[in-house]
Amino acid sequence: MKIEPFAQFAGTHQLENPPSSPELAIEARGLVKRFDGFIAVDGVDISVPRGAIYGILGPNGAGKTTTLRMLLGIIDPDSGYRRVLGTERPTEVARRIGYLPEERGLYPAMKATEAIAFLAALRGVPLKEGRRRGRELLEQHGLGYAADRQIRQLSKGMAQQVQLLGTLVHEPDLVVFDEPFSGLDALNQGKLERMIRSLAERGTTVIFSTHVIAHAERLCDQIAIIAGGKVPFAGPVDAARDRLRPQVRLETRAQDGLWRAALPADARHEGRFWYFTLPESGVEPLLRALIEGDAGILSLSIERPGLHDAFVAIAGEAAARALEESAEQAPEPKGRR
Amino acid sequence: MLRHHFAAAWVVARRDFCAVIFSKTFIFFLIGPLFPVFIGAMAGAIGAQVSRDLDTPVIGIAMPAQDGDKLVAARAGLAPKMAGFVPEYTVLARLEPGERFDARSVLASKGVKGAPQLAAVVTGTLEKPVLTATSERVDQWRGQVALIAAEAGSAGPRTYPDVTADKIATSAAKQHVDLAVTAQAGQVLLFLLTMLLAGMVLSNLVEEKANKIIEVLAASIPMDALFLGKLFAMLAVSLVGIAVWGSVYGALVMFGMKSIPLLATPAVGWSMFLLLGFLYFAMAYLLLGSLFLSIGGMATTVREVQTLSMPVTMMQLMVFFFASYALARPGTWIETASLVFPVSSPFAMLAQAAQSPVLWPHLVALVWQAVWVAVILRTGAQLFRRTVMKSGPARGRRSWFRRPAVAAAR
Repeated sequence: MKIEPFAQFAGTHQLENPPSSPELAIEARGLVKRFDGFIAVDGVDISVPRGAIYGILGPNGAGKTTTLRMLLGIIDPDSGYRRVLGTERPTEVARRIGYLPEERGLYPAMKATEAIAFLAALRGVPLKEGRRRGRELLEQHGLGYAADRQIRQLSKGMAQQVQLLGTLVHEPDLVVFDEPFSGLDALNQGKLERMIRSLAERGTTVIFSTHVIAHAERLCDQIAIIAGGKVPFAGPVDAARDRLRPQVRLETRAQDGLWRAALPADARHEGRFWYFTLPESGVEPLLRALIEGDAGILSLSIERPGLHDAFVAIAGEAAARALEESAEQAPEPKGRR
Repeated sequence: MLRHHFAAAWVVARRDFCAVIFSKTFIFFLIGPLFPVFIGAMAGAIGAQVSRDLDTPVIGIAMPAQDGDKLVAARAGLAPKMAGFVPEYTVLARLEPGERFDARSVLASKGVKGAPQLAAVVTGTLEKPVLTATSERVDQWRGQVALIAAEAGSAGPRTYPDVTADKIATSAAKQHVDLAVTAQAGQVLLFLLTMLLAGMVLSNLVEEKANKIIEVLAASIPMDALFLGKLFAMLAVSLVGIAVWGSVYGALVMFGMKSIPLLATPAVGWSMFLLLGFLYFAMAYLLLGSLFLSIGGMATTVREVQTLSMPVTMMQLMVFFFASYALARPGTWIETASLVFPVSSPFAMLAQAAQSPVLWPHLVALVWQAVWVAVILRTGAQLFRRTVMKSGPARGRRSWFRRPAVAAAR
């Protein structure tokens, strides 16, 4: 049995080759992918419940795209197990999946409607029906005027929206977005967030990768953090946030005194405020010590860490661990040539 | 599942076919082969004119008056009976008894009046003619001059027996040669068409890579369906081109343009030969095309494709030369090898169709070639999926071409 370092926070036991669950849209265990000796993905475990919005977070080069490509069957893992929509061969269920890659692209000479119909046809929708749905979707999303324009005549943002509609035209059960928010302005990012929510409301499973944490925090039911090809955390967003202790911001009248002894070791003074992690004993003993030490409390606030802080901490730890491991495994230098 | 494969291939083929056929550049594709024909015709006409102007040699006569006239008359009488080219004879000088003529000086001087193409001079007498010319001309015309001089010197008109002609349609040796010529003509046409058209496939996947749509395609449909669709789309485009060129040629023939020299009827008959020619073209195209698609799939830029096009053309030439070489060696292991080797098989089998009436080997060959198309396509698609659809650096590159490890796996 293999237990992930932070599995207790996710509240799940992650087993190798577990029995498949009909409740899961995606199950992956121990996915490994090497490129010429370089390990891009190193034992990734992911469980995406049906109908969930699931985020894959990670810094650049963490292995997010490679993981998604393995889940979609674009590439095969060197080892590990994956099950997508109930099958271990994702290409068999390609018609039930919508995929928007990070590097967007359409045929520039195609008209917007034709581009959507083509993407629909690739997923088994008859061309005529694809054209009808394409026009309908473009109208619904305020792009009806662009229906007969060639892709090369559209702005980059509009072309991206056309591709997004092409990803959804066949009404997939599972939608995979790779960095969907990159290249979109704030208005269109908001629009995409609403679209993702409405997809989930209709029962579609949405999985997306991003390195912008705010989107994941607003949208996701669950996340997986990938760093250095590994998953140091997988589980609900709240569990990730709970990974860090709350932060205290304190303002006092007194500059010095006995109360200073009550501050934990990580306390730092910035301007008028003290910042430190809430001690494990809780806020009451701290308050008592501050009052008894004549701190003259002007204000005290306790802030729950955001997903951003949790991500930085978890990914940072994982990156540091990976660095240590690679330093241990690296051969002794033979001197400069 | 197989139905899904073909449906996906059809979607790709339809998109590619329409994209090519309805592009503005397709018209240049159609008229492209007419340029060399037009330039060839122009060059041929000019060359023929130059040849006519420069290469109509004349033999000058410098003899006593009667001898010279007799020689010209004898030449006029004999020339129609003689095979090959007989130069015009013109009297340069009617010599008085004892008068000498410097033939060498006349030939060395430019622009002899009345004989600008003077190539040789005959002096002396009819009994003892002297031919002055360059070495090659002397070797070429010595016999002719002797014969014409003998005719001119004979006392009365000679009679020549009338040879009764008994013409036969062909002989075994001639038939063998004629069929070989038909076979070679078929091979040449097949080679020209495949060379002209199969190379287009080389750059076929670059568009998808440049437009970055390749990942969507790879996630939506099996890679071999993508390859299959692309290959058949380009085959269909090629067939449109051939149909147009064939129609233009047919129209030109109908409206009185000179036809190509008639070839001997192939052993399987013309209709079967044309049908087999069509099938072998399709197979040659699919075999070479699938190979080129696989090779071209590895290229990431148009520049890389351009670099690859030369070795690919050389490869096509080698295949053609191999099949042609085998044609001249019937019954040897070389012929068998050319029939079995998948890429040369269509060329070699078309030659067989011209020379042998047996049909069943063609069925076997077509199945064999189709199997190889499938094998190459599948291998190419898998190779493409393994080597191209990944984030990391390509296998086997030297370390200084490698991207940093962090960027390698996005």
